[in-house]
Amino acid sequence: MKVSYYPGCTLKTRAKNLEDSALAAFKALGIEYQELDRWNCCGAVFSLADDDLIHMVAPVRDLVRAKQLGAGTMVTLCSMCYNTLARANELMKHEEVKRKTINDFMNEEPDYFGEVEVVHFLSYLKNQIGWGALKSKVQSPLGGLKIAPYYGCTLLRPKDVAIDHPDSPTLFREFVETLGGEVIEFPSSTVCCGSYQALGNPEAALKVSFDILSDAVSRGADALVLTCPLCDYNLGRRQDDMLRKYEGAKDVPVLYFTQLLAIALGLSQEVCRFELNRSSTARLLKSRNLLAGVKA
Amino acid sequence: MSTDAQEVTAGVEAKLIPIYVMGKRYDVPDSLTIMKAIEYAGYKYIRGCGCRGGVCGACATVFRKPGDYKIYTGLACQTVVEPEMYLTQIPFYPANRAVYDFGSLTGRPEEIFALYPELFRCVACNACTKVCPMDVEVLDYISAVKRGDIEAAARISFDCIQCGLCASRCFAEMPQYHIGQLARRLWGAYLTPKAEHLKTMVANIQAGRFSDGLSGLKAMSQDTLKKTYQDREMEPATGGEDWTPKDRQYL
Repeated sequence: MKVSYYPGCTLKTRAKNLEDSALAAFKALGIEYQELDRWNCCGAVFSLADDDLIHMVAPVRDLVRAKQLGAGTMVTLCSMCYNTLARANELMKHEEVKRKTINDFMNEEPDYFGEVEVVHFLSYLKNQIGWGALKSKVQSPLGGLKIAPYYGCTLLRPKDVAIDHPDSPTLFREFVETLGGEVIEFPSSTVCCGSYQALGNPEAALKVSFDILSDAVSRGADALVLTCPLCDYNLGRRQDDMLRKYEGAKDVPVLYFTQLLAIALGLSQEVCRFELNRSSTARLLKSRNLLAGVKA
Repeated sequence: MSTDAQEVTAGVEAKLIPIYVMGKRYDVPDSLTIMKAIEYAGYKYIRGCGCRGGVCGACATVFRKPGDYKIYTGLACQTVVEPEMYLTQIPFYPANRAVYDFGSLTGRPEEIFALYPELFRCVACNACTKVCPMDVEVLDYISAVKRGDIEAAARISFDCIQCGLCASRCFAEMPQYHIGQLARRLWGAYLTPKAEHLKTMVANIQAGRFSDGLSGLKAMSQDTLKKTYQDREMEPATGGEDWTPKDRQYL
């Protein structure tokens, strides 16, 4: 079961906690993976202008690299990279004229026709590993930790790249339950975190993120789990701004789904890199004895 | 001159081919490099000539071939002329170089991001790589910088000769070669492991370990110094890794 792996730029710097925990989990689950030997930024945002093909070149080049490695499947961890790569892949599969324009422009590379399948790791866990097999590998079940799974936008929209039903997804719930956590459903789990508005309109982004966290907390969540470094920036790092600005704001532990996975698989605390999360995250896990099972 | 010599001269006479230098046709011997052909045509280099050895990056040249839309590049001092080529040399291309106090940097990727924020305008079009006369994978090192991998950027950009053709073609208006140079500087100065034995050796020098030997040499007459030099014990060619000199006082 060999797959190619596309990390994404942020996972190599600010979001090492997303990558390191995932790679350790790959190993523990017996997933043979190979990081693309050459890759560039995925493009970060999928361009919506119909004729803006130059912004398809970055994701398509990564897909060409995966094809050159002979990979049928390319796994991603960051949901933003997933979205950009999967949508560019759809374009290359289905839009003949644009595909020809892009292939002609990138004539230093082999032609690409959408041969590689772009898969988010959550889907991979469900469809390739299977919840039953995953459950059998769980060493430290999450002991009823109340987890609010946050999808955000990019795993579910648009429909043709959605990893689950865009309106009523269950995949993240199944994941948390398999690891022994208690799922806190909350309406904001598919609401946008503010995304890049964090740059252009930081106050507006702060407000939507605050509302999302408040929603989760009001339903009794101990922690929020997510899949994207930009969501983590808005919902995690910017909590310091929320605590200053909003009365009654609470410090909410936020962690990546791969960190949750690594804990449940009993992997070492080192690969979880909790020093890159809010300090409340490690405190919560410690208080529930969930770092105890973790091999130090 | 004898008849024989004339025959020999005739035997090696070069075939003339047409090339176009900045749009004007010249017939030049087909075995010349672009640089020599330009001189053959009557131009005199006062700039843009450089080392003539393929390492300085001063004679970057852009050319096209008849019936071919592709842009070709080469160093004028290394590339042999081809019939009907249209060429121009680009000895300099303006590219912003960030000003920084190197001593205050520490080797964090964010330092490069702050000095060259245009990095994030890259759309991976790869025009930089296609135009590089040194076959450096320019896009790959720019991508490495963007993901904070300064080591990879330093290694991939190692063969760069700073000719600037990458910057001339950049869709994002980046000065790739300055960014690569900064990456190599940071890698070399701050990120490579320090040689621990160097510290010990410097401390030994400062403690005067070699002072006597040195002042002894300085006090010698010229003749004694020559003799000492000529009589010195040399490592034999077949010495091997375990070889040590007989006189070990400075080891």
